[in-house]
Amino acid sequence: MTLQEVKEILNAQVIFVPRDLQVEVKMACGCDLMSDVLAFTKEDSLLLTGLTNLQVVRTAEMANVKALVFVRGKEPDRETIALAMEKKIPVMLTDLPMYEACGRLYNRGLPGCSEAEEGSCLVNGR
Amino acid sequence: MGGEQCYQETFQISGGDFTNAGEVSSKVKKILQELGVANKVIRRATIATYEAEMNIVWYARQGTLTLSVTPEKLHIKVIDEGEGIADIELAMKEGYSTASPEIREMGFGAGMGLPNIKKNSDEFHIQSVVGQGTVLDIYILR
Repeated sequence: MTLQEVKEILNAQVIFVPRDLQVEVKMACGCDLMSDVLAFTKEDSLLLTGLTNLQVVRTAEMANVKALVFVRGKEPDRETIALAMEKKIPVMLTDLPMYEACGRLYNRGLPGCSEAEEGSCLVNGR
Repeated sequence: MGGEQCYQETFQISGGDFTNAGEVSSKVKKILQELGVANKVIRRATIATYEAEMNIVWYARQGTLTLSVTPEKLHIKVIDEGEGIADIELAMKEGYSTASPEIREMGFGAGMGLPNIKKNSDEFHIQSVVGQGTVLDIYILR
């Protein structure tokens, strides 16, 4: 699923995108616990979270998360956006709550990290 | 675990410095990318490094992280000056945590840190002296 599709499905606002919205995500993870993101997500995931601090971007950087969606309309502060820009990690914002945002994407065929095969996370030259 | 060394660097980490927390791991990731280490290995190394770095920021006064890279493996040695860990077996258990509410607000403190470091290592050693500090040795094969 492309980020353009994610944007449309979640009626999301793009806060930052390094290139264009044609970047593809293979799976998604909805999580407010960064410890669990580090432990359970796979590469090239989309992360949906209600947490908006700097450590979300750091976690995304370390876990090779492809893009971030902040749910529940929670806007990240300038520092967080600046770090995402520095690390070239796309950031979007949706007013939807976590459950509904995840549900809409899942319904449209974006699998969860436990379902997507490990191999599928390592495509696109990564 | 010997072998010809091709890179080594030591980084300082300050306890309580939340703004720069993660900077060292970010540098480690960049170095490994420049050294041409495989992405899958880099991901394991940076996740382990980041968890270890955050542990120093939250729990210790200060510490160092030394990255050594050989053609065969990565060795990440993390030494901190802090309270130490009284019961290592308990600290290694998933879900066990002594994190403060402040740490939990940042999205951490779920008791996954040390188990996750071990999970991302091919060989992992931990030593700790209460009142002095903790030493981690993380080995990841390339």
